Amino acid sequence: MTDTTRDTEGATAYAHVTAEVTRIPLHYPRPKAWWLCFLPACGLLAVFFTALGVLLWNGVGVWGVNIPVNWGFDIINYIWFLGIGHAGTLISALLLLLNVHWRNSLNRFAEAMTLFAVVCAGLYPLMHLGRPWLFYWMAPYPNSMTLWPQFKSPLTWDFFAVLTYLTVSALFWYIGIVPDLAATRDRANGRLAQVLYGLGALGWRGSARHWARWGQAYRLTAAIAVPLVVSVHSEISLLLAAGPVPGWNSTVFPPYFVLGAAFSGFAVVSMIAVVLRKALGLEDLVRPLHLDMLGRLLLATGLMTAYGYAAEVFDTLYAAEPADLSLLADRLTGPFAWSYWGAVIGNFLPLQLLWWRGVRRHPLALFLIGFSAMVGMWCERFMLLATTLHHSWLASSWRPYTPSFWEVSLFVGMLGVFLVPFLLFIRFLPVISAFEVKEALFEESGEKGAGHA
Amino acid sequence: MPEPKRSLPPFGVMAEFDDPERLVQAVKRAREAGFRHLDAYTPFPVTELTEALDIRDNRVPWLTLMGGIVGAAVGFGMQVWTNLDYPIPIGGRPLVAIPATMLITFELTVLGAVLSAIIGMLVLNRLPRLHHPLFGVPEFHLASVDKFFLVIFGDDPRFEEAGGFLNGLAPVRVLDVPQTEGPE
Repeated sequence: MTDTTRDTEGATAYAHVTAEVTRIPLHYPRPKAWWLCFLPACGLLAVFFTALGVLLWNGVGVWGVNIPVNWGFDIINYIWFLGIGHAGTLISALLLLLNVHWRNSLNRFAEAMTLFAVVCAGLYPLMHLGRPWLFYWMAPYPNSMTLWPQFKSPLTWDFFAVLTYLTVSALFWYIGIVPDLAATRDRANGRLAQVLYGLGALGWRGSARHWARWGQAYRLTAAIAVPLVVSVHSEISLLLAAGPVPGWNSTVFPPYFVLGAAFSGFAVVSMIAVVLRKALGLEDLVRPLHLDMLGRLLLATGLMTAYGYAAEVFDTLYAAEPADLSLLADRLTGPFAWSYWGAVIGNFLPLQLLWWRGVRRHPLALFLIGFSAMVGMWCERFMLLATTLHHSWLASSWRPYTPSFWEVSLFVGMLGVFLVPFLLFIRFLPVISAFEVKEALFEESGEKGAGHA
Repeated sequence: MPEPKRSLPPFGVMAEFDDPERLVQAVKRAREAGFRHLDAYTPFPVTELTEALDIRDNRVPWLTLMGGIVGAAVGFGMQVWTNLDYPIPIGGRPLVAIPATMLITFELTVLGAVLSAIIGMLVLNRLPRLHHPLFGVPEFHLASVDKFFLVIFGDDPRFEEAGGFLNGLAPVRVLDVPQTEGPE
């Protein structure tokens, strides 16, 4: 008797999860609100294409960059976007390997965030080339100039790292979504939806043999993706740290960058989680527990980033190189001091509220703290590039830097490049991994049953 | 996976269960009863099924390893060869500087491993395959929601007994899976 009740409850719970997740793409709950977000996002995308057109027509001269500050908004935002992307992979892959069940409510949209953030990041180095249509010169191919790329340069490493990262995160996200596309296909009523989701699902039918191989491929990719994240952002830090430039040439940079990247990414994941659960009525699946866990991750990575700040200052003071000391003073009090203090305050001050459990579980508070950290990390990326370049070895080469109108509008437009595909993803694809939530439900019920016996 | 026949003998027979544990029990009993050509269909991965169906296929991990090795060799070899093909001697530093090659070697190792893991998984699963006789059974759409299916295929040597056997397992229902003519 009790046995049957438990079964029906279990079956209803599975059906409930599937219904909750697949109803969103099939019968979108709040179409008006979605259009209210989507149209401005398209506006931002139009800003992007305008700024891009101006850039391609005139060249990088329309930006405020010049010698010595030849990396402005392009590389600042490249590092910032890519850093945000890393959190999706870490949540998805690292927590999968650790068998943490609460990850299943967050991994899908976190991975989508990764994918689109990496696309935004990858566009920046292309655009800053000056002649972006020649980007393929970075690839080693036999050419009439009989030249090869300089493989000892971090700039070439960058090309390989970002391409690999984009490919791996796209594939990981895709094989993770295939079973849920199949569920959406099976519940779709319209012919067009059936055909389109069916094509995406590749004919997935949940065979045990398929699941076995799928599980092997999924877990192996996850295991490889974690060191990949560390390598990609370490490599980006080498773009700076491998040069003999005061303020950059430091061994603390790789871990400092990786942790800062994870921190900024967890901040954005927290914001997206808060907005999605509210907007799509997913409170059953993204519960206060998940916000709590995100808050803890944010706090932990934030404190590690703070350690990086302290280590950097200590490093400079202990080494006592005059150029480094002069740069440190410029960072703290110079024309870009706002970016240093903006980073310190935005990143670490509201963060301390996360020590309280009530704050971590409060959606609005978590959103605001995440927002503050996101802005703070942008200030940090600005500070690292602009202060360092404008204040180099020789006082004769110190020059100011002001971002130009088109530089800023390209950045504003880039938010559209992120938001438009992300909103399409929310509207048309399963935003939560239904089958992994169900798997966790099953495993938890098994654990409970075993405990009682 | 059986090949579709010309004159359409049944593709198989299917039993539906509403609980993964019952499905695992059913699979174990079917194998004890001597059925060999069978498969289970579930909305989420049930690890016990791998054991119950005696699936011992480790080709995906091996492919991943091979892909990683090939990626590493290509990555490292490419850098060594190009540096020797177009030497740029700077200050007497070694042309082939091992530490400077490691990052790209690592990235291509990852790329090779992940591509072969995922493409290998799809190829071994014979996916994409948009058409399949199982999709002809109207109830089968529940396999992606909350029902758990056991299918004994038509080419099993003891297929004659399969329908009666499945009925004896007290499933929700037992259904015939007709062979469908599809594009091959």
